[in-house]
Amino acid sequence: MMYNSIPLFWRLKRGKYNLVGTRCDKCDITYFPPRSICPACGAVGLSVHKLPETGKVVTYTVIHVAPDGFDAPYNIAIIELMDGTIVAGQVVGSPRDLTVGSAVCAVFRKINETGEGLINYGFKFELVECGY
Amino acid sequence: MNVAVVGVGQTKFGEHWGRSLRDMAIEAGLLSTQDAGIGLDDVQSLYIGNMSSGNFIGQEHLAALIADQLGLSPKPAVKCEAACASGGLAFRQAYLAIKSGMADVVMVLGVEKMTDITGEHAISALMAAGDQEWESSIGLTFAGAYALIARRHMEMFGTTQEQLAMVSVNNHKNALNNPFAQFNMNITVEDVLKSSMVAEPLHLLDCSPITDGSAAVILANERGVSRFEKPVWILGSGHGTDTLALHDRKSLVEMLATRTAAKQAYDMAGLSARNINFAEVHDCFSINEIVAIEDLGFCGKGEGGRFVEDGSIAVDGEKPINATGGLKAIGHPVGATGVRQIVDVVRQLRGDSYNQISGCEYGLALNIGGSGATSIAHIFGMVGRK
Repeated sequence: MMYNSIPLFWRLKRGKYNLVGTRCDKCDITYFPPRSICPACGAVGLSVHKLPETGKVVTYTVIHVAPDGFDAPYNIAIIELMDGTIVAGQVVGSPRDLTVGSAVCAVFRKINETGEGLINYGFKFELVECGY
Repeated sequence: MNVAVVGVGQTKFGEHWGRSLRDMAIEAGLLSTQDAGIGLDDVQSLYIGNMSSGNFIGQEHLAALIADQLGLSPKPAVKCEAACASGGLAFRQAYLAIKSGMADVVMVLGVEKMTDITGEHAISALMAAGDQEWESSIGLTFAGAYALIARRHMEMFGTTQEQLAMVSVNNHKNALNNPFAQFNMNITVEDVLKSSMVAEPLHLLDCSPITDGSAAVILANERGVSRFEKPVWILGSGHGTDTLALHDRKSLVEMLATRTAAKQAYDMAGLSARNINFAEVHDCFSINEIVAIEDLGFCGKGEGGRFVEDGSIAVDGEKPINATGGLKAIGHPVGATGVRQIVDVVRQLRGDSYNQISGCEYGLALNIGGSGATSIAHIFGMVGRK
């Protein structure tokens, strides 16, 4: 089941296209996925916050058995961005070069395509020579 | 008022091409009332554990359907969903219903029919347990999420692929005499390591299978329980939650939901990890059994791999885990698993298990949903709380 639709892509475009989360200024915590209520202090209506686009790999996997809409193998990593925010994303390229601690930067890529020709775009990561 | 499990039943777990969800639910339900020595007319309400009948067989409104099929209508019936912890959740809600005083005798029935759709579709259906907008939609499978946990655990604590494999080896060994298990064969560490890769570092034999099956239990309070022969008492119940998205958590190697559920259950029972003689633990993937035994306090954080390797989890070990085969060897019909675990804890305490542990007083069941966004823990014993 692929849950893809134009309104769905539209609603999520800020986070998916531009890596934008939310932030509680009082607690100094950035949230991604973006959330509306700060679980730390209960503040409602957090501010919109652009995340940094470089970071390093905390853990990763190579998916060999894929669901509908994806072609294996592909890499997925959990990445700690420069400001400490943690995100999950695909890492493009060969898994041979991917290790824990690899430096990566965010790139705009096609995620997949629906049967009706709708293309789902979003951020992925690529390995870079020098991170932070 | 104390509440006891007074009857248990389950279907064989496996690929049941010839049997529908309702066929399996009827069998498990009838077995549980027969085991309790009551009729269906004694059951006052029904709690269904089911993850995704809508995705797996296109059927929603499941609680009323099963109530009807069991001849329980017009009594109340509720479906509880918390991904793979749906069964445990249904059990807890039924327990709370009796504790509230609104019911004396209740049936909890877990069921999942997973083989009517292709494997690819089933993987997608299971991925709905994750955060659809931020992880499922980028292709992070259920196995993939646990693979991310496994690599982190290996990096932080030196846990090895061999130790992961030993979890599956132990579970298969324990299921040899379980007539309800999907697999009744031994496997070796080499078999696991040579099996195909699903999501690195997890191999096929690190993963629980796709399974059809149903399990049911009857709960009764002290008012209803006098007529039952071998009540097994609920001593503690706990329920914790966490973020659906794995990357949104403070730790990738510790489940806050499990810690929370376990603490509630231990505190309520007045027991600690040391007092628990054996446990049914949610091994949807080998790494999860290791993380869970740490979070339950059976060993320290990071020591789970060595706890497995030194034989502590074996049936004759210090803390037998999944003595009848776990999700890996018995099978994992997701909504049924949490109830099946309780069926096996009850049988172990009553002394009629297929792989009996001698001299057990307290048993624990831990049911986990998704990559740890829901955890449900229950502690059982042969003597009720004071």
